Amino acid sequence: MSEPGPDTEARRIATEARDRARFEEDALALADQVYRVARRLVGSREEAEDLVQETYARAFRSWKSFTPGTNLRAWLLRILTNLNVDRGRKVQRSPQTQPLEEGDYYLANKMASAAGEDALETDDVVERLSQDSIVNALADIPPQFRDVVVLVDIGDFSYADAAQILDVPIGTVMSRLHRGRRALKQHLAEGAVS
Amino acid sequence: MTLDPCDRCEELLQDFLDRTLTDSEWQEAEGHLTGCDYCRRRYRFEESLRRYVRTTASERMPPGLMDKLTELRGLDATA
Repeated sequence: MSEPGPDTEARRIATEARDRARFEEDALALADQVYRVARRLVGSREEAEDLVQETYARAFRSWKSFTPGTNLRAWLLRILTNLNVDRGRKVQRSPQTQPLEEGDYYLANKMASAAGEDALETDDVVERLSQDSIVNALADIPPQFRDVVVLVDIGDFSYADAAQILDVPIGTVMSRLHRGRRALKQHLAEGAVS
Repeated sequence: MTLDPCDRCEELLQDFLDRTLTDSEWQEAEGHLTGCDYCRRRYRFEESLRRYVRTTASERMPPGLMDKLTELRGLDATA
């Protein structure tokens, strides 16, 4: 009959230190992926760096509230998107003007009139769109739609993960994603194709 | 009122590429795409666009950030 003694306590501390170190390593291994998403959620590289640092500071402090075996990347992004909202995120550039909603073929149609129908079947037709135009178009989508587009189309999160990260129903994720992608294409069509 | 088949196909585009269509919608889209170059090209374009957006909008972590994050290790819950 062994009483919990100094040995058991020492073992518990050692186990906790090991678990913690493993958590920190796992989290750090995802830093690049977390940054990629953060960078497109905010306006500048500096803001993205700050946001990622705040996220990791919070994650390391509250590592015990992570359930091992669940999606760590989604857990980190949930912290990050909450912090981003808490910071009062940048005041929307275009105050509440809902874009006219064009259909999903809108950009392709514009491309076809500029480059020809057959061009749509080539891999390089998209390269007519500059990197800046893509980045700017993403930045111009209203934030609540952009969050979903960035999580799913850049961060590669499933609808279910995005729903959990943003704490909204999955149906909301789907409708925001669809509208956000259409808004993105509309911005691209208006800005980039002459 | 029934939609023009190409308008209907346009509506199914995103869910088709996300693989979230029901079986019958899937068959409907596939059936239409087989015979319609106009829609087939636009689906093809959308696929390229998604890949392109993902690549061009992905920026690597700036040098130095990893060191800053590593320094945060061991932060106390009470800190």
